[in-house]
Amino acid sequence: MGTGRLYAAVAAGGFRRYATYRMATAAGVFTNTVFGLILAYTYLALWDQRPHLGGYDQAQAVTFVWVSQGLLMTVAVLGGGFEDELIERIRTGDIAVDLYRPADLQLWWLASDLGRALFHLLGRGLLPLVFGALLFPLALPVSPLTWVAFLIAVLLGTLVSFAIRFVVALCAFWLLDGAGVSQLAVLTAIFCSGMLLPLNVFPGALGEVVRLLPWSALLQAPVDILLGTADPLPTYAFQALWAVLLLALGRLVQSAATRRVVVQGG
Amino acid sequence: MAETFRAGAGEGDRGWAREGEGGRVREGLRAYRLITAMWIRSTMAYRASFVMNTLGNFAGTALDFVAIMLMFSQVDALGGYRLPEVAFLYGLSATAFGIADLALGSMDRLGRRVRDGTLDTLLVRPAPVLAQVAADRFGLRRLGRILQGLLILGYAVAALDLSWTPLKVLMVPMALLSGAAIFCAVFVAGAAFQFVALDASEVQNSFTYGGQTLLQYPPTVFARELVRGVTFVLPLAFVNWLPALYVLGRPYPLDLPLWVAFAPPLVGAGCCALAGLAWRAGLRSYRSTGS
Repeated sequence: MGTGRLYAAVAAGGFRRYATYRMATAAGVFTNTVFGLILAYTYLALWDQRPHLGGYDQAQAVTFVWVSQGLLMTVAVLGGGFEDELIERIRTGDIAVDLYRPADLQLWWLASDLGRALFHLLGRGLLPLVFGALLFPLALPVSPLTWVAFLIAVLLGTLVSFAIRFVVALCAFWLLDGAGVSQLAVLTAIFCSGMLLPLNVFPGALGEVVRLLPWSALLQAPVDILLGTADPLPTYAFQALWAVLLLALGRLVQSAATRRVVVQGG
Repeated sequence: MAETFRAGAGEGDRGWAREGEGGRVREGLRAYRLITAMWIRSTMAYRASFVMNTLGNFAGTALDFVAIMLMFSQVDALGGYRLPEVAFLYGLSATAFGIADLALGSMDRLGRRVRDGTLDTLLVRPAPVLAQVAADRFGLRRLGRILQGLLILGYAVAALDLSWTPLKVLMVPMALLSGAAIFCAVFVAGAAFQFVALDASEVQNSFTYGGQTLLQYPPTVFARELVRGVTFVLPLAFVNWLPALYVLGRPYPLDLPLWVAFAPPLVGAGCCALAGLAWRAGLRSYRSTGS
C-alpha cells in the first residue's frame, strides 16, 4: 500500500513538473498546430490523387494528422522525457544514489513518465485537435465508448514508449555517452510510429514489417482505434505484448547494469 | 552594453566609432569567426563523435525526404508536381535552411540564456551580443543538413528534363543565398521574440523548421490564404517557390507577375534589416533576472 502511494506521488510530481512551463506548453501547442496545418494539406493532396489510400478516406487521413500531432508529446515519439535525465545520472554516477533508494528504478521512472504523459495529453493534446476540427472536416467518433477505447490504447502506447526509452537510456551504462543511441532511437521512432506517414500507406513488405514493430503501438494503434479502422481487443493484445516484452527486457538490462555499478567513495 | 564596449575597447574605440555601422558589422563578423573557430576546434577533439553526429544530422533531415518518397511510392504527382520537381523545391529549401541553421542554429537557446542569466556574461564581453549568441555552441555537425539538401538538389537537377538558360542556372545559387538570408532573418527575429517570451523556443521552431517543411511541397498543395500569408506577411515563398517556379516554367501562385522570381535578394536584405531592428528592440528591453 505504502509503495502505491509513493509511485502515485512520483507520477503527480511528473505531472506538476511539466505543468510549470506554461509558456513552453503554449508554444508547443502552436508548433503542433502549424505542423498539423502543413501536414493536413499535404495529406489532402495525397488522398486527392489516391482516394481511400491505406483504407482511409480524406476526413480520416486529416484526422490522423491532428490526432497524431496531439499525441506526439504524450507518447514521446521525439524523446525528451525522463531518459535524458536518466542518461545524465548514469553518466555522472548519481545513479548509485538512486539504486540505494527503497524504490524500484524502473517503476520510479515509469511513474514519473506517466505523470508527464498525462500532462502532455491534456496540455498539448486537446488544443491542436480542436483547431484542426475547426478548420477541416474530421472523422471523430461520437460514441464516448470509442474515446475511452482510444485512451486505453494511448496508455498502452505510452507504456511501450516508456519501455523502449528505458532500455535505450540504460545503454548509457555501457556506452557512457548516450547521445548517439538516443538519436538513433528517436529516428527509428519517427520512421516506425506513423509520425512520418500513416503506416498503412507504407508500400508493400515495408508496410507489413513496420506495423509489426513495437513503435506502431505509439501512434498508429491509438489513432486506428479512434478512427474505427482497427478492433480494440486485438490492438490492445498487440500493444500489451510489446509492453510486457520490452518492460521485461528493461528489467534484465537493469539488473545487468546495476551489477556494473561501482560506488566510489569521497 | 554599448557603453561597456566603448570603455573596454580603449584606444581603438575612436576608429571603431568613426566607422559606424560598417565597423560594427565587421567587428561582429570577427567575433563570430573567432568563437565558431573555437567551437570547431573543440568539436574536432572528438572526431569519431563528430562524424557520428554529422551522420545523425544527415539521417534525421533525410527522413523528410523519405516521407516524400513514400508518398510518391503511391502516386505519380502531388499537387500536380512530379517527384523531380518536388525534389527541386526540397533541395533548394533544405540547403538554404541548412546554411541558415549552420550559421545561426544555436539562436533558439536564447530564451534559456535569458532564464538562467548566462546572457549577462555575453553583455559584458567586448563583442556584439548577436555575434556571440549566434556563434555559441556552433555545431559543425549541421553540415549534415546542407549535404543532404545538396544531394537531393543534385538528383533533381539530373532528373529534371529542362532546357537550362544561363538565367535559370544563375537562379539556383541566387535562391540558395537569398533563401539562407531569409531564414537567417527568421532565426534572429525568433530570438528577439524570446526576449519577451522567454520560454517559447518552440514558436521559433514552427517558423524555421515548419517553414522549411512547408516549402518542401508545391504551393498548389496549400490553401490560397496560407500561400498569401507566406508570400506577403512572412515572405518564405521567396526562399524557393518563386525562383524555382521560374526555373521549372510553372505558373506562379496568386497570379504574381514574372519579375517576382528575381526579387529574393531584395526580400532577403529587407528581412535581415527588419530582423536586425527587432533584435535591437529585444536586446534593449532585456532586464537581467539577476541570478
